[in-house]
Amino acid sequence: MSLASAPHRELGLTDAEYDGICEHMGREPNALELAVFSLMWSEHCAYKHSKKLLRQLPSEGPHILMGPGENAGVVDVGDGLAAAFKVESHNHPSAVEPFQGAATGVGGILRDIFAVGARPIAVLDSLRFGELDSARSRYLFDWAVKGIGHYGNSIGVPTVGGEVYFEPAYEQNCLVNAMCVGLAPRERLIRSAAAGVGNLLVLLGARTGRDGIGGASVLASAELSEEDESKRPTVQIGDPFEESKLVECCLELLERDLLASLQDLGAAGLSSSSSEMASKGGVGLDIDVARVPLREDDMEPFEIMISESQERMLCVVEPARLEDVLARCARWDVRATVIGEVTDTRRLRVFDGDEPVGDIPVGALVDDVPLYDLEPEEPGEPLYPDPPARIGEDASAADSLLALLASPNIASKRFVFEQYDSIVGSRTVRRPQSADAAVLVLEPDGGMGALAVSIDGNGRRVACDPYTGAAEAVLECARNLACVGAEPLGLTNCLNFGNPEKPHIAWQLTRTVEGLRDACLALGVPVVGGNVSLYNEGGEGPIYPTPVVGMVGKLPEPSAVPRTGFAEEGHAIALVGMFEPALEGSELEKLRGRLGRSLPPLDLAAHADALVRVRAAVRGGALPTAHDISEGGLACALAECCIAGGYGAVVSLSDRNSSNTLDAAVFGEGPGGVIVAGPRDAIDSLDSALVIGEVGGDSLEIEGALSVPVSELRAAYEGTIPAAFAA
Amino acid sequence: MKFGVVRFPGSCDEVDALMACRRFADADLLWHGDRDLSGVDAVIVPGGFSYGDYLRVGAIARFSPLMESVIEFARDGGPVLGICNGFQVLCEAGLLPGALLPNDSLRFVCRQVDVIVENPGTPFTRACEEGDSLSIPVKHTTGRYYAPSGTLPEDQVVLRYAPGHNPNGSMDDVAGVCNEGGNVMGLMPHPEHAVDPLTGSADGGRLFESLAMVPA
Repeated sequence: MSLASAPHRELGLTDAEYDGICEHMGREPNALELAVFSLMWSEHCAYKHSKKLLRQLPSEGPHILMGPGENAGVVDVGDGLAAAFKVESHNHPSAVEPFQGAATGVGGILRDIFAVGARPIAVLDSLRFGELDSARSRYLFDWAVKGIGHYGNSIGVPTVGGEVYFEPAYEQNCLVNAMCVGLAPRERLIRSAAAGVGNLLVLLGARTGRDGIGGASVLASAELSEEDESKRPTVQIGDPFEESKLVECCLELLERDLLASLQDLGAAGLSSSSSEMASKGGVGLDIDVARVPLREDDMEPFEIMISESQERMLCVVEPARLEDVLARCARWDVRATVIGEVTDTRRLRVFDGDEPVGDIPVGALVDDVPLYDLEPEEPGEPLYPDPPARIGEDASAADSLLALLASPNIASKRFVFEQYDSIVGSRTVRRPQSADAAVLVLEPDGGMGALAVSIDGNGRRVACDPYTGAAEAVLECARNLACVGAEPLGLTNCLNFGNPEKPHIAWQLTRTVEGLRDACLALGVPVVGGNVSLYNEGGEGPIYPTPVVGMVGKLPEPSAVPRTGFAEEGHAIALVGMFEPALEGSELEKLRGRLGRSLPPLDLAAHADALVRVRAAVRGGALPTAHDISEGGLACALAECCIAGGYGAVVSLSDRNSSNTLDAAVFGEGPGGVIVAGPRDAIDSLDSALVIGEVGGDSLEIEGALSVPVSELRAAYEGTIPAAFAA
Repeated sequence: MKFGVVRFPGSCDEVDALMACRRFADADLLWHGDRDLSGVDAVIVPGGFSYGDYLRVGAIARFSPLMESVIEFARDGGPVLGICNGFQVLCEAGLLPGALLPNDSLRFVCRQVDVIVENPGTPFTRACEEGDSLSIPVKHTTGRYYAPSGTLPEDQVVLRYAPGHNPNGSMDDVAGVCNEGGNVMGLMPHPEHAVDPLTGSADGGRLFESLAMVPA
């Protein structure tokens, strides 16, 4: 791509935006300046279509140390420690090249975390693909999982949880969202605002190449199309070894208090990192691109400014500390180069040696981005076709249960999580699929308690009803935390949607943000940051609206955290929480070939109260088993408890008569219900628990509905995903 | 008694190994660029991706200045334990027989497995009895042990995967081997990730405990 032949439209800017740029500049921008603007004013970097909406989300709370706007959100976890976390998408790169796309998604979110001074301690992933019987979806799924493993495993950060859904709406546009959690002593946190006129700008890490040029504008801010193979060069290539040295080096520099500020280089590379640091600090920056170490010769100044080469960080260093910084970096074999300095001009000035090649007011790049109002319009007709029917309406309850357990959305994800190192760091108390949330001790002996982390979002339910579906995602995440006894401290989210310029997508986005807002307010959980990924559409239409919610919570006693599996013959099984099952939007309805057009309304305040009761029940410490009821309803949740524990169960649901209500009771979904099991006296002492049965035998028996041997349940549950990859 | 845990660029499990050692004795990290072993009594070569595992797993690490000293220490009879990537490094260094090949699944595998103590007569297993079953996690892509026929005497097989637990297709279910002198051992399972029931199992601690024991 030569810039001479690439006017603003090819770079994704509208004519009106171009006029605005000329106005802010007081002249026409040169080619380098235009390239920088096109990225800084892209949807990906500037949130043009979502920023106004996102202001509705509650972002204040007693635990928040850093909120939206920093590299990651940070909450106080007590004892002088802080947890940093954020979720980010890498959807379009993964759709074009799943291995590197997913790998660099992990690399990017790790950098956001250590950019605030926190050591990354956990990664979680939220993935969406087309149905498993599509060869393309299997390819994307297989290689995205390999890419996540490649990066996370090699860098020594455990991948402790996540979720995967398979729906036709993601066939052309898969989703790869990665979340990272980090831990830091409070006093070691650092912000990205550049400060101190005369201080030096030092570039750390990998050399700069031509990879990822224009990734943010060309790839991440437009719909996907047939020609996307040709966009492969816009996908970045990751090197986890380089990043592992960079993590250790940056954390050591911070430990020795050698840095004035730190920022990662992500989308739009040097352009965005430098202008955001300058904007936050109210200063200017001079950058000499001739000093930037290059991977290939003859790169143009504009290419150096917008390259998205991975594994790079930018920091501000006082001149007196430079020598020490360079020596520390040399010890870690991390490249460190002074490429510029902090000025009082409030301009981003770019030089190629002595020659000025760009001069832009920082405010124009960061603060003067045009923000657009959405024009939401509720669709009159369904936006998505019904999924293909996979079972008949007359299937028996036992056959329905087996079909549900074998459906890829519910089936065991062992195939995925065994490809990830979930234990490095020696913090992981609950590994993937062993409890409803990952649990990581703060200190090796668990004496300071533990963090619990979960990531959730069922896009199909959001497609049924964006407001309720989004609120459910928040409740589900909080419920997963409650099942391990954790109280949420903060929430991060990634909003994956189609083209917001289309009124129906704008409506989905608007209603989703309202649902997130109301659920967060009801639970008292603040939003500490997040990410928006728009234009997720292929030729066959938009993806399901997919808000992915990640939460971090704290629990006091890691040794008594319940597991998913039943633990002992004779334990009583009870329901706690608030469970109002309905078939609309359920997995069973999907298997029957119906998407659903609505969801039952929620009483958010009542759900918030119910979650407090669940948490209290778990924190009592006498419950070896707790598992929330989600996809596939009560029957699937019970089956998962049986499979994980290796025990059967006998359950009775009284006062259910007609076959309709029985279906809803057994397979219906809806947020709130939690299964707990334990010694009878422990169950009896719970506040408002409904005893429904007892652990024992070799089968799961739900009286009047079904009886299936646990071995058959396990075969259905464990077999599906490996079978899809058996040659 | 003092352990030294090697830190290469790209090591992942060196801090876990350090913490595991410190449950049983003193321990410090040893920097790959140094030659001085700081007078340690036993060396742990930890897991991870030393030098990015570029070229071939373990192939570059064995040329580091520190490894030259570790090789000398081993040749003088000092106890050296290689875990996962450390096992690969020790094979590359010629301190252990055989080699580690890609898993038969060609995928990374992270899983809790049972291993059986075959030889309790090494400095690494003297706290165990023959036939003891230890629950220890594995996590690797290149862990399928192979040695040409006749190059691995049975008494150098220290650990075997329990029946049904071989995660990678290793020859004869071999999980851990030692050298002829018995003072160098490598294993694919991660004993440093099995030192506390809170995080899954304490069985791996037996290896560190063995090393920390004064020889009878």
